[in-house]
Amino acid sequence: MARALPPPVLEEIARLRGLYAQPRSALLPALHAAQEEIGYLTEDAMRDVGDALELPLSEVMSIATFYEMFHLERPGRHHVRICTNISCHLNGCEALLERLCGRLGIRPGETTADGRVTLEPVQCLAACEEAPVLLVDAERHARVTPVMVDELLARLT
Amino acid sequence: MAGPLLTRHFGRPGRERIDAYLETGGYQAATTVLRDLAPDAVTEIVEAAGLRGRGGAGFPTARKWKLTPKREGEARYLVVNGDESEPGTFKDRTLIEQDPHQLLEGILIAAFANQVHRAYIYLRGEFFLGYERLSRALAEARARGYFGTNILGSGFDLEVVIHRGAGAYICGEETALLESLEGKRGFPRPKPPYYPAVKGLYSQPTVLNNVETLCHLSHIITLGPERYRAYGPPVLYSVSGHVVIPGVKELPIGTPCREIIFKHAGGLRPGRSVKALFPGGSSSAIITPEFLDTPADFEPLAKIGSMLGSSAIIVMDDTTCIPAVIRRTVEFYRDESCGKCTPCREGTIWLTQIFDRILSGEGRMEDLDLLDGIARNMTGTCFCLLGESVPPSLRASLKYFRAEYEHHIKTGTCDIRAAVEA
Repeated sequence: MARALPPPVLEEIARLRGLYAQPRSALLPALHAAQEEIGYLTEDAMRDVGDALELPLSEVMSIATFYEMFHLERPGRHHVRICTNISCHLNGCEALLERLCGRLGIRPGETTADGRVTLEPVQCLAACEEAPVLLVDAERHARVTPVMVDELLARLT
Repeated sequence: MAGPLLTRHFGRPGRERIDAYLETGGYQAATTVLRDLAPDAVTEIVEAAGLRGRGGAGFPTARKWKLTPKREGEARYLVVNGDESEPGTFKDRTLIEQDPHQLLEGILIAAFANQVHRAYIYLRGEFFLGYERLSRALAEARARGYFGTNILGSGFDLEVVIHRGAGAYICGEETALLESLEGKRGFPRPKPPYYPAVKGLYSQPTVLNNVETLCHLSHIITLGPERYRAYGPPVLYSVSGHVVIPGVKELPIGTPCREIIFKHAGGLRPGRSVKALFPGGSSSAIITPEFLDTPADFEPLAKIGSMLGSSAIIVMDDTTCIPAVIRRTVEFYRDESCGKCTPCREGTIWLTQIFDRILSGEGRMEDLDLLDGIARNMTGTCFCLLGESVPPSLRASLKYFRAEYEHHIKTGTCDIRAAVEA
């Protein structure tokens, strides 16, 4: 009996399972599906994924904690990822990160108290020709300036 | 050379749709392959074209295919490495976003040559736009009969699955990628004895190719090996950092670094000069301006102690604080180390601690020997190439910019930064 995931998500996980020779291969896609549904990975959601793929909770958690995109705690409604790698470093990402921290009143890696924004420094986003780069949820923003940071944050509700 | 091949249609609106791709002769190469050529003949053409893997190692593609056993009745897979994460590298992401069908056609050709019926594209988790475009392209191509069963009436079957990663640089390492695709932590496998060609996904023979490598295939088939080679052969350079026009530059392999930077990437900002550059991503040893005329190719860069790698050129001008850049690269490897082997896991932590000390003005002169010693002890001792990627740029920076490190230690300040901020 499912604990956290609604039937459509469980059906999707069953479909994903069929794409591979071994059920376990569907673990990453299944965790993505679960996280998209509830915003992060609760223990119950991970149990559901484990049941669907014949894996114990410990195995599912071992994977969920290895990969950076999975969240075991509730993140903000919006996710701001800032690249801090070489090309963005050379093009001023530190100033952007400072601006973001200042405007949001949080440190890198934290979520605002009102649950609006999670700020996460990330590795090279493979968009160095657009440095410095921000990902606001799924949307990439190129050649970001401190003024643009203010505009982008103002749009997030 | 008559203009670019792989990047010819970049920036054209709607290019990701199948009709736009078909209009410019798309899927004709794959059609020729499936209808008129034997699988081995395709491999011979690719061999004659001299295609080398574009993931970083430069292994000849046809040789990799030939090393993959093709036993009757045994499962075999094609796995596409679309986990592009080497800092400075963005050609694969651009290929996926700008012309996804070009990649899909390459997959079809490679699958036929290796008689593989199931392909997995391991796509980097953060490639949201790429995932959207590639998924749609695959659905459209499937609806037109380019994937599925009995493709174009040839009797050949191929299903392609797009598998999203979830944020781990190590998964770009081919054996870690396979572990991840099997639903495990991305820990690299020992090699030798078994390479993915022989024992790959689910321990079955597996052809593992990079995105750009596959994108060359339709052009090799269309032009034939000789005319294709007349293009250079072409290679995609990712050029970024302190250049005026950064971007993916498709040029004949071996174009000198100077020409790439100044003719094709717009040079530097007025009044600035080149201080150093990574010629092949963050894993390559940095080089200095005296090497600017070196051809950006495998052997010439290896000869000067660096490498072509993923052909990602990151240019640093004279406003750059070299120790700060190297600290950033070491921090990157520290954060992305999978933790499996000691030299990489501990070495990267120690190195960043020493860098923090030096850059915060607490450095000691003997720290420089300590940095070099740790780097030397990591060389050849790490389980996979992630740890092995740390020493080259670090040791090159100590060789070429020792005075800059010493200045940080002696004065506790960075003159470069002060000059820029003034």
